[in-house]
Amino acid sequence: MQIDWIYGLIGGLLIGTGGAIYLLGNGRIMGASGIIGGLVDGSGRSTAMERIIFLAGVFITPLIVLQFMDRSETNITNNIMQLVIAGLLVGVGTRIANGCTSGHGVCGMSRLSIRGFVATVFYILAGGLTMAILRHVLGWI
Amino acid sequence: MKNVIALIAGMFFGGGLIISGMTNTAKVQGWLDVFGAWDPTLAFVMGGAMIPMALAWAYSRGRTPLTGGSFPARPDPKLGRNLVVGSIMFGMGWGLAGLCPGPAIASLGFGGASLWIFIAAMLVGMLAAPKVRNAMDRVVPAE
Repeated sequence: MQIDWIYGLIGGLLIGTGGAIYLLGNGRIMGASGIIGGLVDGSGRSTAMERIIFLAGVFITPLIVLQFMDRSETNITNNIMQLVIAGLLVGVGTRIANGCTSGHGVCGMSRLSIRGFVATVFYILAGGLTMAILRHVLGWI
Repeated sequence: MKNVIALIAGMFFGGGLIISGMTNTAKVQGWLDVFGAWDPTLAFVMGGAMIPMALAWAYSRGRTPLTGGSFPARPDPKLGRNLVVGSIMFGMGWGLAGLCPGPAIASLGFGGASLWIFIAAMLVGMLAAPKVRNAMDRVVPAE
């Protein structure tokens, strides 16, 4: 367990370094939902190449890391209904809120954005409540 | 140049996500599971990520990005319905599958069919978001 915190901290520093490079280099906020969403709805057409290349980096690097570290465990459910509902909620929610864990959480809170803090409080509360009800009340997940 | 920077940033992001364990949905759900075997790892990831970011924001003051243009302006600090309702919906989905958009892309290459199903649904959700927002406008005005 203790080693997990250290990996968490190291991984976190790498995530933040990525965000810092993106901000200082391209002047943009590294928010995963915004980068993907702009491609999906066409609002980011003028920066489409940059977005696709960024996502390719996110996709490829874990495959390289897996050659050196045992990190292939995802524990993802294979319940299709659960995946579809979760995916829809994440897609709709992040676009309506205009950000997710990376944009509002990492990038927003680190510049002391009140919107970042409020979004983070609400998605963590909603996630915690969802877990409490589905796991401990209903025993579904 | 912008593309090279995007690739490097994406590689750091993806590498950080897998090393930190955020591609493991059990760790994310463990963080949200306050009444079960609570796993604090996510707080270390968040905290760790905010350190370089806070330094970058501080450095950006009075400067311009390397490739030109300008840094994103501080958003209007208004806390409307969209921010709150959207975040609640996102949080519910996040808890249900243990995935948010970044880690979903990072584990797409090795997570099997489940990840592709989640991503497909997420993309549909993103496309449908303006319609959902319009429907909400008819019930409760945004501001």
